[in-house]
Amino acid sequence: MDTMVRSHIMVCAGTGCSSSNSPAIIRALEQQITAHQLEGEVKVVQTGCFGLCAMGPVVLIYPEGAFYTHVTPADAPEIVEEHIIKGRIVQRLLHREGSQKNTVTSLSDTRFYKPQVRIALRNCGVIDPENIEEYIANDGYAALGRILTAPIAPQEVIDTIKASGLRGRGGAGFSTGTKWQFTKDAVSEDGIKYVACNADEGDPGAFMDRSILEGDPHSVLEAMAIAGYAVGAHIGYIYVRAEYPIAVSRLQTAIDQAHSYGLLGTNIFDSGFDFDIELRLGAGAFVCGEETALMTSIEGHRGEPRPRPPFPAVKGLFRRPTLLNNVETYANITWILNHGAQAFAAIGTPASTGTKVFALGGKIANTGLVEIPMGTTLRTIIEEIGGGCPGGKAFKAAQTGGPSGGCIPASLIDTPIDYDSLTAIGSMMGSGGLIVMDEDNCMVDIAKFFLEFIVDESCGKCTPCRIGTKRLYELLTKITEGKGTMEDLDTIEELCHHLKTSSLCALGQSAPNPVLSTLRYFREEYVAHIVEHRCPAGVCKRLLRFEIDPVKCRGCTLCIRNCPADAIAGTPKSPHIIDQEKCVKCGACMDNCRFDAICKH
Amino acid sequence: MKSMEELKAIREKMQRQMNIRQEDPDAIRVVVGMATCGIAAGAKPVLTAFLEQVRLHNLQNVTVSQTGCIGVCRLEPIVEVYVPGEEKVTYVKMKPEMVPKIVQSHLVNHTPVSEYTIGAAE
Repeated sequence: MDTMVRSHIMVCAGTGCSSSNSPAIIRALEQQITAHQLEGEVKVVQTGCFGLCAMGPVVLIYPEGAFYTHVTPADAPEIVEEHIIKGRIVQRLLHREGSQKNTVTSLSDTRFYKPQVRIALRNCGVIDPENIEEYIANDGYAALGRILTAPIAPQEVIDTIKASGLRGRGGAGFSTGTKWQFTKDAVSEDGIKYVACNADEGDPGAFMDRSILEGDPHSVLEAMAIAGYAVGAHIGYIYVRAEYPIAVSRLQTAIDQAHSYGLLGTNIFDSGFDFDIELRLGAGAFVCGEETALMTSIEGHRGEPRPRPPFPAVKGLFRRPTLLNNVETYANITWILNHGAQAFAAIGTPASTGTKVFALGGKIANTGLVEIPMGTTLRTIIEEIGGGCPGGKAFKAAQTGGPSGGCIPASLIDTPIDYDSLTAIGSMMGSGGLIVMDEDNCMVDIAKFFLEFIVDESCGKCTPCRIGTKRLYELLTKITEGKGTMEDLDTIEELCHHLKTSSLCALGQSAPNPVLSTLRYFREEYVAHIVEHRCPAGVCKRLLRFEIDPVKCRGCTLCIRNCPADAIAGTPKSPHIIDQEKCVKCGACMDNCRFDAICKH
Repeated sequence: MKSMEELKAIREKMQRQMNIRQEDPDAIRVVVGMATCGIAAGAKPVLTAFLEQVRLHNLQNVTVSQTGCIGVCRLEPIVEVYVPGEEKVTYVKMKPEMVPKIVQSHLVNHTPVSEYTIGAAE
């Protein structure tokens, strides 16, 4: 007889947890369940990202809601024998947070989840992304069905999106409803229009879109079909990076399932509306995330931007009107249509409605994925959700928007996170990467890091970006080597200005942002490098000196043995000395000294 | 997919399977003692019987889970039923045959089966 499944074991199969062996955990759990003849009674479900990637691999067991972290395949027998058979929660695997080391059994009780509001991530970690029926159970395809069967007029759909105040989550924050309207109103000579999805997430440290595609691919497909109906398109393209193999395979599975259920293809819901979606894999060029370059790449050409106007809504893919939205933007669409524009507009701030997903990275305890209402302060994200900087270090700055954004210094930690507040302080929302820096990070070095990324990724089509970023990088290198002059700072600012005004695409126009914002908030660090030949954070190697304190040194010779450059001289039981000419500033001596006798400055 | 009815049928079927993942404070909890003493006394067939009956009655707001030893091993298998807002009821010396009556009477009609409870046994 058919019995009730009494327990669901949810195992994260996102990229983070997969890389720390979650597929092996799934196999081990299934073996244990078979060995104990619990098939049909207990179900193992692979899910998308839970967000708490730092604690991965994570396993969540219902109905208890027990949240296990850092699980290994070897834990599977204990989980099945203790938790599943005997009902005893495995205490040693429970998630612990904070200094009290209190065990938290339930996911929703954690400080990490409490301030969050999950709309775009509503199904991530909740459903099996490879099972369309689980998506349908959570109101999936209901919005599409209602619109097509009622039927609701395309203009009415667009009006709802407009009323919700949704703005593009890819970075620039343009009104989504307006974009849909432009594409609908655009005239195509042969009647063909396209819908496209930008899943070419390339910012260093950003993985919001990947997690949505891996955890809830159908939400993007359904929203694209609705968008197709609203603007009058019948073909959709998803441009996704080939470096996201799990996302690509789940998307393909989702497209195939939607086809077999008749939710994509011809005559959807017997309404006469046809819509199909194709995948296009990008080869990982950062510039292909720029909309015109992305469309050029879909067409089969080299991924290079072209001047706008004409905007994609007028002349996009194959010179037809094209609606291009980001993954996270699409992930909000069905929620808005199911819950109403007012419910969405009630979240966040008047000018930035709804929520935003951030990928937390860098010097933060809870590396992972968070979704917060717009207007939440940076303090809440870093101190509450993120759990602060590890090791009790002081928070120094956060970088939002990747290489196109800027940094937010600790003094502005109470800034609300919304499009306009971030722009006002010289950063930008960007796609949602949020890299946290502590007192050990040198801001000149950070600016140099992002610029190096841009130099690598510049497509080279326009001169300001191709040569300007290279020159800018050389100037910063000069400063980090202690060879800079105060005049260089003026040159940098002037060059940044030219890059902003004369680059062809947004990539070049925004490339100077990390430099300008660090110059604005941390000018004294630049000056220290130039005037005092000193790196205050102790990062820039050319400006560092490692020295041994003769009072503290016990002459144990450990540093002499560890030094890869043979730069330390001395005999046992007498203080050692570092030869500054030979020293390569690797820090191996300092890391290993047992008497705290080596300092760097 | 041709109609909203088709979609609704799938949705309802799947929701029945997935509502276990809702942390619903109003859910009725059936907890079976499954420590060594309970298992030795035959708790496993009782647990299975509850799973079958809950499914048979298509009860949406019931979770069946297990717990350790509560200390009166001589009365195992022990099953405790928690209905929100009502007093906890402890059934003792359970056999699979007793389960359909408990599900029908207690879980569906909110009337505990007093002859199976610890009060009747002692």
